[in-house]
Amino acid sequence: MLDRLKKRLKQVKQYPSVIFGITLITILIITAIVAVIVIPYEEAVLLWRGGAVWAESPRNARPTYVDWFTSEDLPRTEIIDGRDHPDKKTMESMNGVKEFEFVLPLDYQYDGFPREFNLFFEAEYEETRPHVSVKIRTPDGREFATDDFSVQRDSIRRLGQLTELRRQVDGRAPRIGIFMDPDYEDPVPLKGEYEIVVSGYLFEEDADINVRAVSYGQVHGFGGTDHRRRDLGVALLWGTPVALMFGVLAAVGANISTFIISAVGVWYRGLVDAAIQRISEVNMIIPNLPLLILVGMFYSRSLWVMLGVIIVKGVFSPAIKTYRAMFLQVRESPFIEAAESYGTSDKRIIFFYMLPKIIPTLIPQFVTVIPTYVFLEASLAVLGLGDPVLPTWGKLLNDALGEGALYMGHFYWVLQPAFLLILTGLGFAMTGFALDRVLNPRLRRQ
Amino acid sequence: MDQQFNVPDVEPQEPDIEEEDSGSDIKRIAKYFGFRLLALFITVVVAIYLLILVANMGGAVDDIRMGQIRENVGMQMMAMSDQMADWPAERRREYEESLVEQERRRLGLDQPFILRRVYYLRDAITLDLGRAEQMTSDAGSRRVQLIILERLPPTLILMMSYFLIMFFVALFGALFLSRRYGSKIDKLVVILAPSSAAPGWVYGIFLILIFSAVLGWLPFGGMVDAPPPRETHLYALSVLRHLILPVTALIMGGFFLTIYNWRTFFLIYSSEDYVEMAKAKGLSNRAIERRYILRPTLPPIITSFALSMIVMWMGSIILEQVFNWPGLGRMLYEAIGLFDVPVIVGGQVIYAYLLAATVFILDILYALLDPRVKMGFGSGGNK
Repeated sequence: MLDRLKKRLKQVKQYPSVIFGITLITILIITAIVAVIVIPYEEAVLLWRGGAVWAESPRNARPTYVDWFTSEDLPRTEIIDGRDHPDKKTMESMNGVKEFEFVLPLDYQYDGFPREFNLFFEAEYEETRPHVSVKIRTPDGREFATDDFSVQRDSIRRLGQLTELRRQVDGRAPRIGIFMDPDYEDPVPLKGEYEIVVSGYLFEEDADINVRAVSYGQVHGFGGTDHRRRDLGVALLWGTPVALMFGVLAAVGANISTFIISAVGVWYRGLVDAAIQRISEVNMIIPNLPLLILVGMFYSRSLWVMLGVIIVKGVFSPAIKTYRAMFLQVRESPFIEAAESYGTSDKRIIFFYMLPKIIPTLIPQFVTVIPTYVFLEASLAVLGLGDPVLPTWGKLLNDALGEGALYMGHFYWVLQPAFLLILTGLGFAMTGFALDRVLNPRLRRQ
Repeated sequence: MDQQFNVPDVEPQEPDIEEEDSGSDIKRIAKYFGFRLLALFITVVVAIYLLILVANMGGAVDDIRMGQIRENVGMQMMAMSDQMADWPAERRREYEESLVEQERRRLGLDQPFILRRVYYLRDAITLDLGRAEQMTSDAGSRRVQLIILERLPPTLILMMSYFLIMFFVALFGALFLSRRYGSKIDKLVVILAPSSAAPGWVYGIFLILIFSAVLGWLPFGGMVDAPPPRETHLYALSVLRHLILPVTALIMGGFFLTIYNWRTFFLIYSSEDYVEMAKAKGLSNRAIERRYILRPTLPPIITSFALSMIVMWMGSIILEQVFNWPGLGRMLYEAIGLFDVPVIVGGQVIYAYLLAATVFILDILYALLDPRVKMGFGSGGNK
């Protein structure tokens, strides 16, 4: 039996689609393992919760690979930290007041304007806040200066909110007005060395200050970012283990139990069989997705709860009818009769005589059914009932559709998770189909 | 997937059929249907009862609804604060409690759940679905029945267009392919069959992207243009335009797999001995197909199609969400967002009835197509 199975599995290699499918599955599994190792569970949850972690990444930026396909050089995120340029920091002390100056260089060679431009201050002081003013020097020598302002321990200054800058650039947004070439009527960025000069006074002996200038890119990370600045790459990576785990566990749990139950029903016949049939009919009438929606709304949206419900619901799935028809055939075969006649126990007949006979049909069935569950999980997430903490592909789709990504032209946001979902589906479906043709050669004789 | 191959029934016929029962065919068929109908009805009752249990288990919903009541009463009190300015705090609290109690009684929350679920069940089965707590129909009614009736036609339009197109295209496509077994187009379908692993709504996203966002040919979603056209024919045309994408998406989600499965089925049956016999007799290909291939394959094909329909009813919930289609699925989703329990249960009841109706129609088709039913052996696809 096993030898035959092995021999048949060897034939699988002749099918190109199975090679393709298995390659896809392997890549997905490797990605899943990498994801879990690179970003541990707690970190993934924290990252996806969002907030200050993502302060330095842009909003709704496209993925970096978009840049490879455009003739223009799209701006990326540039972070210039005062700590990395100790030589550009000067500090003079007189009468207890310290005067400081940072000259942060920004080599801007992109064909687009930055999404935003922010300054992050970290000041150490006891009571009196430092006073700061900012000057931006363009490559052609023009200067744009802000008024003096005082900074708190951790504070952010957004260029776009500084009205005095807006005035200096004819009411344009500062990120455009400062970075545009004055020789052109239309905004075209001026390439070259910019200098961000941050100067001011510290009023205490032990006070210190550091500044980071961030020019936000139009492309960011390998997955782009969403409306809350989160790197979609995190969710794309972490969606893989979630999808695979969910799909495989649900398929194993639901399918194998269905399989055994239908065999039991066929073996004992009569009441047991009738009961199993009726239960599966009632089960069929209860719609799956709405049931999960109810559970998600009223109890818990945790992935594990959903998985449990799917498995419980899947025990008496309509597939029982298909299996039953097969087992009915098996039950009438002579070897069962023989086993019965020398007194084999019921349990033994079910598990060692009936089940193995149909395993070849189960394997491809099992593989092909995995995507159904992967998509079920995604469906729930799209309806807003995804796991509350984990980043998944479905949750990306939910966010994207909720934010009108398709209308706004943020195609990457929708395309990436949808594409990964389809790839997963294809990988398992192709493998399963080829296995089905090898293990169940209905059409071999033709 | 493989689920859709229905291996023909091989169950030995029950011996308990009385030979002397030689009443008319009609009587027997009526008896058969009567029995099926009863069985289905009991099934629906049990299913609905389970849903009510799930929807209200643990009293979580009651707590949420009490919270809502308190909030609403609080708002009401705020609005009336002028009139109550000189009331003592004691009286105010009493008044608030009485308002809460009144609301609680209006919603029937004062009765124990054991009683309530019996009422719920009775009402659900007679389709007296009660009054929604938050949602209203477009005409402004709070009755769940009316809300559902308003949302039912769009879903039916969508699903019926899909079922009809899919069934006939797949049937003739599969016949066509089985005639050309091994040809290039046949191989193409075999290669494309795994595409059905993804459900329709995923393709829907891609379709919206291509035809609405990039090309701008078709609307993003909805059922008619806003404002809806006055003339009937323009209205119909507008609905048709909005139907194209969702129906295409639904079809893409199952087309190649269905065609592939059915053609395999035809191929298996066309290698039967009696088909060879018919060929030897010199019957035309068309006659062979109609009499010897379609005839025995249709019952299992219809079973598999009905099973896939049941899956589609569910799939349409998300599809309606993606395409903003104002049907039952969207209603259900909105109701869940508002914790509107009567509407949720009402939606489930309607879905359960729709599924049962699907199964029953299947039974009728079966009786028409499967001679065993007519002969009184009482066998069918849904044992």
